[in-house]
Amino acid sequence: MAEPVQASHAHEKHHDEQSFWRKFIFSTDHKVIGVQYSMTGLAFLLFGFALMMLMRWQLAYPGEPIPFVGSLFGDNRAPGGIMLPDFYNELGAMHGTIMVFLGVVPLAVGGFGNFVMPLQLGAPDMAFPRINMLSYWFLFLGGVTMFASFFLPNGAAGNGWTSYSPLADIALNGQSAWLIGMIFLITSSLLGAVNFITTAVQLRAPGLTWMRLPFFCWAQIVTAFLLLLAFPPLEAAGVLQLMDRIANTSFFIPEGLVVGGEVLERSGGGSPLLWQHLFWFLAHPEVYVLILPAMGIVAEVIANNSRKPLWGYRSLVYSLVFLGFMSFLVWAHHMFITGMGSVMSTFFQTTTMIISIPSVIILSALFISLWGGSIRFNTPMLFALGFLPMFGIGGLTGLPLGLSAADIPLHDTYYVIGHFHYVVAPGTLFALFAGIYYWFPKVTGRKMNEFLGKLHFWPSFVFMNGVFFPMLIQGLNGVSRRLADGGVTYDFAGDVTGLNVMMSVSAWCLALAQIPFIINFFMSIRNGEKAGRNPWNSTTLEWLAPSPAPHGNFDQPIVVKRGPYEYSVPGSDQDFVPQADLVKT
Amino acid sequence: MMDAMFPAAASEHAGRIDQMIDVVHYLMFAVFIAWGAFFVYVLMRFRARRNPKAHYVGVKSKASTYGEVAVAVVEGVLLLGFSIPIWAERVDQVPSESDSTVVRVVAQQFAWNVWYPGADGEFGAADVSLVDEATNPIGLDRDDPAGADDIWTVNQLHVPVHKATIVHLSSKDVIHSFNLPNMRIKQDAIPGISIPVWFEPNKTTAEIREATGNPDYVYEIACAQLCGNSHYSMRGFLTVHTEEEYQAWLDEEASYLTGGGEDDFFN
Repeated sequence: MAEPVQASHAHEKHHDEQSFWRKFIFSTDHKVIGVQYSMTGLAFLLFGFALMMLMRWQLAYPGEPIPFVGSLFGDNRAPGGIMLPDFYNELGAMHGTIMVFLGVVPLAVGGFGNFVMPLQLGAPDMAFPRINMLSYWFLFLGGVTMFASFFLPNGAAGNGWTSYSPLADIALNGQSAWLIGMIFLITSSLLGAVNFITTAVQLRAPGLTWMRLPFFCWAQIVTAFLLLLAFPPLEAAGVLQLMDRIANTSFFIPEGLVVGGEVLERSGGGSPLLWQHLFWFLAHPEVYVLILPAMGIVAEVIANNSRKPLWGYRSLVYSLVFLGFMSFLVWAHHMFITGMGSVMSTFFQTTTMIISIPSVIILSALFISLWGGSIRFNTPMLFALGFLPMFGIGGLTGLPLGLSAADIPLHDTYYVIGHFHYVVAPGTLFALFAGIYYWFPKVTGRKMNEFLGKLHFWPSFVFMNGVFFPMLIQGLNGVSRRLADGGVTYDFAGDVTGLNVMMSVSAWCLALAQIPFIINFFMSIRNGEKAGRNPWNSTTLEWLAPSPAPHGNFDQPIVVKRGPYEYSVPGSDQDFVPQADLVKT
Repeated sequence: MMDAMFPAAASEHAGRIDQMIDVVHYLMFAVFIAWGAFFVYVLMRFRARRNPKAHYVGVKSKASTYGEVAVAVVEGVLLLGFSIPIWAERVDQVPSESDSTVVRVVAQQFAWNVWYPGADGEFGAADVSLVDEATNPIGLDRDDPAGADDIWTVNQLHVPVHKATIVHLSSKDVIHSFNLPNMRIKQDAIPGISIPVWFEPNKTTAEIREATGNPDYVYEIACAQLCGNSHYSMRGFLTVHTEEEYQAWLDEEASYLTGGGEDDFFN
């Protein structure tokens, strides 16, 4: 009798003592993978931000040598430290690509989704742990490909993150590397999406019905469906554009082109607009991939720190699902000025106005959730609260762009840049910071420092607006995006190009404002205030697991008995009632 | 209200687009102020120190639903009253060519080739094999009878005032975007497709100079779609003349053809 017991004990011990590689590098534990995704995402966010800071020098002081680092870029990019337009375009295209596909998505979906969702579901891990690992390593390959493309002889891709054909088909820069990188990144997202959906369907703890699911999980599920259904067309389009580049096909190239005085030797017959349709069929849902997880995080943090249930949970969920569905029907509002007839434009601007309604409902419900609360202003809450008005500006400035007639003067101006940066920078990024401060104790067992957190939030809030609000003004004045001199070539832009100095200084100050975060992040891993299982007195399941949560997550059976936000329940002796009862503490 | 920021308007339809952008922004301000006022009040009134015990239920009123319905109604008005009819006028109600000034604009990296049909009112044939960047960027066939009197310029679009101008827009290489900020016109130039875009200028260059008090004011043509490394400097000029001035300009351009000289594309 003693033998098998010992054997099983030995087996358990073996299980605990995984090698370093198995535990931290090629791990199948959703939490380790979540941390890998998060760290990769944060590193790329910083890198993408650095690219933008270089661009902001050129915009503020066009034609003047870049200080300090100008000599690093060589004569091909910046002779005498002065940025060439090709270098500017390279920075622009790669800033967008990196921020979207290697910064926000890995952090918001790969990072938070992987780490938090199985815990909130009461699951021991994701449904397919090895596919989970594979999806991270595809992301890693995509990241390496994108990063390495900067060292190609003609630099990285420089045709905008949208890579419109035929420019991207004939460009001499690293567009092929961009496409190969994108194919890796898309594969990563597809594998992740399948895993997320299966996990949510199959691995919910007993009693965790759909209407007891935390809003964050709903956001991740809808996001996973968007990735699963929207990315394949872009993967196909990426392969076609790659064929145009390396096999001289003409999927996106019409006949009779003359480039630089030479007739382009192609059979022709392709359509440049086909690329745009395939691209935006992904890239509009992608916008919701960037924002829905952020809304999920904000909802969790607001419920927790207002100490009351979310207002209108059901309408939040229905709005979210409707938003996800509608996001497949609005893509061509990015293409109003490609020569669209009135039937198409009527359809797409109507769907665009319709999709604004669930967004208004979600944001209004989050505002209203605060009413009657007992609001704690800790760092996660400050970032979550900061998200609300910033996303409000981002969403509202989408309206004139979504109406085709108003879009005529505003299309491809800085108004667009201001609009979507309000959505993803002080919007999504603030939500991601809220999430980092909020779930840090679950990852490390320690809280981050509150003082440094506030020193991170307030300057970030001020300087984010300093960067992005003037963009709306420039856009109304007609200044186009993607101009390597910030628009000073044009007289009509003359009045407002002066704002570029203030915006650039704000951007650099915004970088300084991230220093407290970086110090706080690394310092708190070892020296932060120790956190127990549930430092925020929260209700959702992840807070029933030990901090940090071990392999397999929970040290007790989880049976869910109630909804996700049972805060300040009348008659209860404490102001929160967790979804499942805690057996051990 | 907002139009203080826009480039000076100089076409018949510009006022309606500007008015529409104003109305959208009124809606945006109204929603933002409603959210913002509520937000600030709630943060002060329900902070933990002032309200140590939260209410489980919170708001019972349906006011937000009425707000959301109001937003939907205003959006409906914007669609049906402004955007859809203005768009229909732009793309479905192109005036007849006989009553309009008709030109072709062929975009390329990094210039706008403007092509006039000449006195016969007919565009000549063109072929990519005839393209010579210095002497014939549009590949015009001068041996075609219709093409003998055609006029082309680079980065110079001249049109008469108070008469519709129809631009047949195309591109030789990549996608560009033909942006006339003062005319509230923006249209992508897509290789392989010719797309008509039209506007009716209502202020001559001389009049806009007087109106803005700037004797050097010019109507600019800007490229609004990333088209390569010199995209930022792909600048052209639109000159709006009186009918007589316009005829004089056309005659002058035509005289360069018969005078045996080169086309004067830097006039």
